[in-house]
Amino acid sequence: MQATLKPDVATSSAEPVLRVEDLKAYYQMNYFGVTREVRAVDDITLTIQRNEIYGIAGESSSGKSSLIKTIAGAIRPPLRVVAGSVRFDFGGRTLDVYDDPEAMRAARWRHLSYVMQGSMNVLNPVRRVKHAFHDFAVRHMGLSPSAFRARVEAHLEQIGLDPQVLEAYPHQLSGGMRQRLAIGLATVCEPEFIIADEPTTALDVLVQQDVLALIKDVQMRLGSSIIFVTHDMTVHAAIADRIGIIYAGRLVEEGPTQAMFERPQHPYTAHLIASLPRIGDTTRRQSLPGKPPNLADPPSGCRFHPRCPLAVAKCASESPPLLPRGEGRVACWRAGEVAAA
Amino acid sequence: MSALLQLDHVGRSYPVGGLFARGKMQAVKDLSFTLDAERPEIFTIVGESGSGKTTTARMILGNEVPTSGAIRFLGKDVTTIRSRGDRLAFMAKVQPIFQNPFEAFNPLTTLDFYLFSTARRFLGLKTRGEIDAAADKALQHVGLSLAEVRGRYSHELSGGQLQRIAVARALIPGPKLIVADEPVSMVDASLRMSIVNLFRTLRDELGVTIIYITHDLSTAYYISDRVIIMHKGAVIEAGEARAVLGHPSQDYSRALRNAVLPPDPVAARRIINERLERRRSGLAEGAG
Amino acid sequence: MFSILRDLLRFNVEFLVGFVLTALIFLFAAAHFFAPYPDTAIYLLPPDMPPSAEFWLGTTSRGQDVFWQMSAAIWNTMTFGLVVMILSRIVALAVGMLSGYLGGKADQALMTINDTLIALPNIPILLLVYFVMRDQMTWPLLAVTAALLGWNYDARLIRSVTLSLRNREFTRHAVFAGMSVPQVLVRQHLPYVMPVVFFTAMNNLIWAIGLEVTLSVLGFSDVNRPTVGGMIYWANQHQAAVSGIWWWLVFPIVAVVLLFLGLFLLAISINEYIDPRSRLSRMGG
Repeated sequence: MQATLKPDVATSSAEPVLRVEDLKAYYQMNYFGVTREVRAVDDITLTIQRNEIYGIAGESSSGKSSLIKTIAGAIRPPLRVVAGSVRFDFGGRTLDVYDDPEAMRAARWRHLSYVMQGSMNVLNPVRRVKHAFHDFAVRHMGLSPSAFRARVEAHLEQIGLDPQVLEAYPHQLSGGMRQRLAIGLATVCEPEFIIADEPTTALDVLVQQDVLALIKDVQMRLGSSIIFVTHDMTVHAAIADRIGIIYAGRLVEEGPTQAMFERPQHPYTAHLIASLPRIGDTTRRQSLPGKPPNLADPPSGCRFHPRCPLAVAKCASESPPLLPRGEGRVACWRAGEVAAA
Repeated sequence: MSALLQLDHVGRSYPVGGLFARGKMQAVKDLSFTLDAERPEIFTIVGESGSGKTTTARMILGNEVPTSGAIRFLGKDVTTIRSRGDRLAFMAKVQPIFQNPFEAFNPLTTLDFYLFSTARRFLGLKTRGEIDAAADKALQHVGLSLAEVRGRYSHELSGGQLQRIAVARALIPGPKLIVADEPVSMVDASLRMSIVNLFRTLRDELGVTIIYITHDLSTAYYISDRVIIMHKGAVIEAGEARAVLGHPSQDYSRALRNAVLPPDPVAARRIINERLERRRSGLAEGAG
Repeated sequence: MFSILRDLLRFNVEFLVGFVLTALIFLFAAAHFFAPYPDTAIYLLPPDMPPSAEFWLGTTSRGQDVFWQMSAAIWNTMTFGLVVMILSRIVALAVGMLSGYLGGKADQALMTINDTLIALPNIPILLLVYFVMRDQMTWPLLAVTAALLGWNYDARLIRSVTLSLRNREFTRHAVFAGMSVPQVLVRQHLPYVMPVVFFTAMNNLIWAIGLEVTLSVLGFSDVNRPTVGGMIYWANQHQAAVSGIWWWLVFPIVAVVLLFLGLFLLAISINEYIDPRSRLSRMGG
C-alpha cells in the first residue's frame, strides 16, 4: 500500500530537497516536581539543495544531534517540536515530517536514510549482516528474495566490499568495515537524502580517509544530498560544500566551505578554525575559554557573548538575527570584524 | 643519567581460539624505549587501533603483565609491585588519564570527591582545610579553581573541562610520570588544545614526563618531543617528533601522514579526491 | 530525607496510596500494645460472635476478639518478615558485592555456596530445623534460618550489577584516586545497586511473610503466639469455614493482602525515585 505524498504544484530541479523553517524543539520534563525545559533546537531556518553536502559543525551538547533527530522525524518525548516545520521534497512531492507520519514511514530508507556514529547502533550484534539489509530495505525494493540478494551484492561490490560479509556477524568485522557496511546499508535504496551523524569520529586516520572517500563516491554517483554532522572541522574541509555552525541550539553562521575557512565572519567560527593544529606548524593554539552554554538556562542576548573576545554591551541584551552577509549568513552584531586566522 | 621508565624488549601475547585451535596473538612485539628521569619530556606513542598502544599503557600502569621482557620504573621491575603499600607508592608516582572523561567520573558522585580522596590517600592530609588547599592548588595548575568545581557533577561540564579536572587529580600526588591514553579523542576538536597545551605546562613547570598515546598525528606533531609509531604491535619508526611526523621514511608512516586532513579545504579535498581516484581505479581493475 | 518523602507524596500516586495503606495497617498493628486483653489469653470472651458494635470484627471460636488478635498477629508477622528481610539483605549485599568486585577464586567460592543453597528446598529445611529444635524453637531462630535461606537469588543479581560496574572506567579511576575496596564498593557502586536491593527487599519481605503464614497454617510454629498464619491455623482447627465463622478467616486474609499491596506500591515508587537514571534526569544530566 503506497502512502500518498502531497503533489506539489510547480516542481523544478532547483527546488531545495530540505526546508527547515523556524524550527524549535525542546526537551520538556516534569519529574517529581522538577520542571526543566532544554532548548535543544531554538529557531533554526535552513535549506539544503540537491546534490549538496551540507556540514553541520558545533560542540557536543550544542544541540546538533537533537537538530538531526528532529529533521529525521526521529524524536520522542520528552523532546518535542514546539514550533516550525521540516519539509522534504522528494522528486517533486512535498513531505512535511510532522504533518504526515504515514508518508514519512513510507519514505524512510527509500528517500531518507541515516548513517550513525558507531555502526553497532545499526547492526544487530546477534544476527548476520544480511538480515540488516533485509530488515531495512526489502520492503522498499519490491523484489523477489533472490533478486534482492543479487542487488545487495552488486551494491556492496560497488562500494568495494566482498559480498561474503553478508554472511558474517558484526563482531567478526573491523570497525572500518562495519562503518562501510553502514554506508552501504544507507545507500542500497538510493535515497535522495542521507543524514550522517559523526560517522567518522573515533575512526583511525586511514580508515577515516577511506570512509570519507566512500561517502564522496556514493554521493557523486547517486546525486543525493547529505547532512554531515561532526565537530571536526577538517572533515568539513574535506567534503562539505556548505557548512552551518550551531551554537547553543542556534545557527550562528552558514556559508560555502572555502569562504568559511578563509573569511570566517562569526567569532566562534573563527575560533573553531584557528584552534586546529596542523602538521608542519607549531605555533601556539588556544582553546576556547569558559564553559559550554547550558541549554536549559542559556545566556541572555547572544548566546556566545560570555566567551566571545569581541563582545560588547549590546551582545548581552539583544540576540543578533541570522542575516545574509558576504557569501553566507551570520548572526553577530560585529560580523566581519573578526581578523582572518 | 638514571632511567625513569625503561621498557626492555617488552612483549605481550594473548592466547586466541578455542579448545582445539589455540593460537597466539602478539599485541606487542619487542618494544624498547627509555625515559630519562632528569629530562622531563612528552613521549608520544602513535598508532591505530590494534597497534598495541593501549596494551602498552596498561602494562606500564601495572594493569597487565608483559609475557616477555621487563618494564622497570626507577630501576624496579613493575611486576614486583604487589603489596598494597608498594602499589600505593607506585601510584603516587605514576598516574593515568583516561580516554573518556564522561565515563571516568561516576555520574552520581561529585567531581571534587575524587580530588579529595586522592589528597587524603596520597598526601596523608587529614583536615578539611589542608585537603581543600591541595585540591585547589592542583586545579590552579590546570586553569580552574576549587570554587568552580565544588559540588559539581560530571554532566554539568564539557569533556574538555572534565579532562582538565582529571589531570588536576592526577597531579595531586606529585607524580613523575603521567600516562595519557587517548586523552583528547573524545573531546571536541575545538576544546582539545587546552588539554594539549596543558601537557606542555606540566612538562616545563612541574617536571612531569608524559606518555601521550594517540592516533591523532596533528596534536602529536604539535606537542611531542619524541615519538614512536606502532603498527600491529611493532615499532615502525621512532625518533624526534618533528622529523618523524614531518618527514616519515617508512611506507606505513608515510601513508598515515598523508591521510591526515589539514584544516585547509583545498588540501583536504585533494587528499580525499586522490583516495577516491585510487578506489575507483582499484575497483575498475578488480572488475575488469 | 523529609524532602524526599514530601516529593514522593506529592508527585507520585502509587507512593501515596502505598504509604497510606501501609501506614494504616502499621497503626492498626501497633494498636495491639493497648489491647485490653492479653494476646495469648483464650476463652475470655463469648466465642463465635459475628461482627457487631461490641466486637467490631467478631470473636473467634477460642473466645478471642478478632480485632485485637489481628492487631497482634499482624504486628508479629510483620516483625518476623522485617527481621528476615534485613538479615538476608545484609548477607546478599555483602556476598553479591564482594563476589562481583573481587572476582577470581573468591567469586567462585562464594557463588558455589550460593548456588548450592538455591538448590536446597526451603520448606523441608525449615521443617527439619523445627523438628530438631522443637522445644527451643522460637521465632527469632526461625527468622534467622529463613534469612539464611533467602539471600541467594538476590546475591546473584547484585553480583551481576557489581560485575558490570567493575569494568567501568570510573572504577579504575577511583582506584587510582586511592580509594580502598570498601570505599569503592560503598561510595561508587552502592548507589547503582540500591534499586535492586530495594526491590528484592520488598520481594523478600513478602516471601518471608508468606513463609511464616505457610508454616503456621501447617502448625509448625509457636501456635500460641498470635500471628496471621496462626489465626488461619486455629480457624482451620475449629473448622471455621464450614461452621460459618467467616470473619475469623476473611479479615486476616484481607489484611495481609492489603499489606502486600501497600508494600508493593511503596517498593515500585521508591525504586523509580532512587534509580540512577531518574536521579540523573532530575539533576539535569
